[in-house]
Amino acid sequence: MSFKTILAGTALAFSTLAAGSAWAETIGFSQVGSEGDWRPAFSANMQNEAATYGIDLKFADAQGKQEEQLRAVRAFIAQGVDAIIIAPVVVTGWDQVLQEAKDANIPVFLVDRDVDVADKSLYVTRISADFNLEGKIAGAWLAQASLGNCKIVELQGTTGSAPAIERNAGFQAIIDQFPNMEIVQTQSGDFTTEGGKKVMEAFIKSTNNLEGICASFAHNDNMQLGAIQAMKEAGLNPGTDIKMVSVDYVPAMADALAAGEANASVELRSAVAEYIYPVILDYLKAPSDLPKWIVIPSDLHVAN
Amino acid sequence: MMVADVLRPRGAGLPRLRDTRAVWPVLALIAILVFDWVMVPNFFQIRVVEGRLFGNVIDILYRATPTALVSLGMALVIGTKGIDLSVGSTIAIVGAVISWRIHAGDPHIVILFEALAVAVVCGIWNGSLVAGLGIQPIIATLILMVSGRGIGLLINLLYGGTDPSFDSPLLQGLSTGHLWLIPTRLVVGAVLFVALWLVIRRTALGLFIEAVGGNAAAADLAGVNARRIIFVAYVLCGLLAGCAGVILTADTHTSDPVSVAMYIELDAILAVVIGGASLGGGRIYLGLTVIGALVIQALTTSILISGLRPEYNLIVKSVVVMIVLLLQSRNVRHHVTMLFQGRRR
Repeated sequence: MSFKTILAGTALAFSTLAAGSAWAETIGFSQVGSEGDWRPAFSANMQNEAATYGIDLKFADAQGKQEEQLRAVRAFIAQGVDAIIIAPVVVTGWDQVLQEAKDANIPVFLVDRDVDVADKSLYVTRISADFNLEGKIAGAWLAQASLGNCKIVELQGTTGSAPAIERNAGFQAIIDQFPNMEIVQTQSGDFTTEGGKKVMEAFIKSTNNLEGICASFAHNDNMQLGAIQAMKEAGLNPGTDIKMVSVDYVPAMADALAAGEANASVELRSAVAEYIYPVILDYLKAPSDLPKWIVIPSDLHVAN
Repeated sequence: MMVADVLRPRGAGLPRLRDTRAVWPVLALIAILVFDWVMVPNFFQIRVVEGRLFGNVIDILYRATPTALVSLGMALVIGTKGIDLSVGSTIAIVGAVISWRIHAGDPHIVILFEALAVAVVCGIWNGSLVAGLGIQPIIATLILMVSGRGIGLLINLLYGGTDPSFDSPLLQGLSTGHLWLIPTRLVVGAVLFVALWLVIRRTALGLFIEAVGGNAAAADLAGVNARRIIFVAYVLCGLLAGCAGVILTADTHTSDPVSVAMYIELDAILAVVIGGASLGGGRIYLGLTVIGALVIQALTTSILISGLRPEYNLIVKSVVVMIVLLLQSRNVRHHVTMLFQGRRR
């Protein structure tokens, strides 16, 4: 390499640094992908809010692939960003790349899903909603609304996915407190409207028009919206005959709540930048030991 | 010895029945339905609710219609010794186009034709890659399979895409409506089936497809333009996927490119195979393909009403499918028969 190239390179590096200094911090964000309604809204919120916090956000979409995500994180390390945010595609396989980030003195923050690493000091904290709590809030609402007396059909999310497991566990934990509350049918609707509709159609047939069923609990709104369609097509009145409670609070569910076709939805916030960025910026100013999980609160929305 | 003597006259008639292609898929369907009937005694009950027929059996027909339409297209393509992995993506694109044009304010009857036209374009794309450029079908159609759902998402962005749901009396009527007591989609499905059967079996097209699938070079020498036949098969497959796309999109009246008709290409291929066709090409069984789609849907519906935990769904489905496919194999049947005969001695 000639002296000139080195000089040019150094000059370039300095100019990048100068340009970078217009921002307080440079943060790399590796996002899972853009599936569903919630995640694109989450990405957009993170990107739009970055400027208000004086953050230069480098956004990388992993398109649902972990190898893409590992590549993005290594690129962030090479660029020498001030902090890295990861929304992990999967929970395993993170030890090495997180060690690389630690060796480079770059703090890593997790959003959304957790990671499974032997050394918990490899990341600063996880900032996310608690799926289990969402299930509990839904269960608590239903316990109160039904006075603890309710046969429930459940529309599960994709089998084996973290939100499906946790929302089911949280909901179950609450209804276990009430001897007359019971899940009588449960099936996976794969988190989709189509899936929720198909499953509810089958439930309607196998329970003789939902005879004796008091509520439908869906792990997300899309499935519940499908279930509402299936019930209406079968001449039932969702929201009146059957109590409808689900998780997410997407715009279409807000409409359904207003129309009285659904009763309650636990909000999974997509506008979470206001919970994430302040934590990171405070940490960068003065590193401290944070709890390993900072829970973003979940609100309950009910039909009036 | 005596037992064997008694059995012989019946045994002589059995091989012919056993070798009839239609027996196994139909038997599988009947077996699943009988199992359901034992499990849920009122399984076959049909009532009239909200002015239409309502019951488990109607559900199976109702839910199988889109898969059956896609499978029929797949049967043609497989007949040419090809495969079309992009049918699910075609459906995603059709759904996005419907939602987009409805938000743009087109008359809904026009949108119906726009949606089908887009599906035909998808078919032309696949047909051109396979027949025109000679790319292997699995790779050629993989391109649209991978990109199609992304294209659907981009189309959703054309109008903001935050709320891709819509209302369309015409399209929803075609999907979830009913004619007298019969769900409209069953009527639509039946009409399309008859039309396709006429095109395939009352013109030479079916024969040409089977000739090309059996041996493209020989068909070419015999004067059949193999490339043109293959191209037509992919276009028809795209069109049929488009029809399924209209039904599926209007069903939930929303455009969800990421998850609509997920893995429908696999169900379609399975339906064709359960129907007795070989992926080696050269055979088209339209009626049995529909039976294949019904087997798959009957199985899905049974699992849904069985109360089985969702974790077991896919395993049960694969085990049943494997049994059906094994029964269809003459080799396996032969070995099983040998086993029993050996024991008898």
